[in-house]
Amino acid sequence: MPKPTCEESLAQIYLFLDGELDDDTRTSIELHLEHCSPCVAAFGLEMELRALVSRCCREPVPQELRDRIAAALHEMGRSGSSEDVG
Amino acid sequence: MTFAEDTSPYMSSLYAAARRMTRNDADAEDLLQETFLKAYRGYGGFKEGTNLKAWLYRILTNSYINRYRAKQRRPDETDLEDVEDFYLYRRLGGAESSVLGRSAEDEVLDSITDEQVRDALDSLPDTFRMAVVLADVEGFSYKEIAEILDVPIGTVMSRLHRGRRALQKALYEYAVERGITSPKPAEVVDVES
Repeated sequence: MPKPTCEESLAQIYLFLDGELDDDTRTSIELHLEHCSPCVAAFGLEMELRALVSRCCREPVPQELRDRIAAALHEMGRSGSSEDVG
Repeated sequence: MTFAEDTSPYMSSLYAAARRMTRNDADAEDLLQETFLKAYRGYGGFKEGTNLKAWLYRILTNSYINRYRAKQRRPDETDLEDVEDFYLYRRLGGAESSVLGRSAEDEVLDSITDEQVRDALDSLPDTFRMAVVLADVEGFSYKEIAEILDVPIGTVMSRLHRGRRALQKALYEYAVERGITSPKPAEVVDVES
């Protein structure tokens, strides 16, 4: 896509950040960002928000739960998986 | 490799997703267990070399929908008001804060806790929350999300765009509530769109 405008770049912000653009389009937007600080700011904010979401939800599985699941799987393995344990 | 060896690396991710889906710790634990048991039962049919993570998430999602979603009183898909794009940027982008050298954005973003992000996610209706979790927490592609949720890719994109905008609005409102920023009219910064 030849030299996208700000409007065109911003319209594809999620496709860009989600890695869903073809190489040519992505490169053309990267080139736009090289000289457009308002767009860089908008893209940067969206990236930071995504980083917040990505970090927010990591919680270790309680050991008790791991043990319980391991025991249930073991039981299924021993007795055959035909019974409905759901 | 056994089932346990193949699948246990995904347990904490699946657990995090289960918590965001059910919004209830006890249900999340049951959902996780159910997912692993179903996966174990169906593992013989899983084709090695294909996408194990997406396969496990498909089981998790279907189990959630079948067992838990029906019993929760939650707003449905049509309950998400339309939020303008670049919600945060229009209010904060480029503006200076009261603290020298920091932008208003930095202040707001730094002030947001993990708990607030989780609460903001939990405030979204199911369908949008699930799309955002799959994309932004788990890093699935649109195609993978479409397969996991069994919807067209266009639907995935729409849910992601609307869900992310609603999330921004919720986060902004937390910041306003806590006095980190004062409510601003939209389009303090001009965003061409």
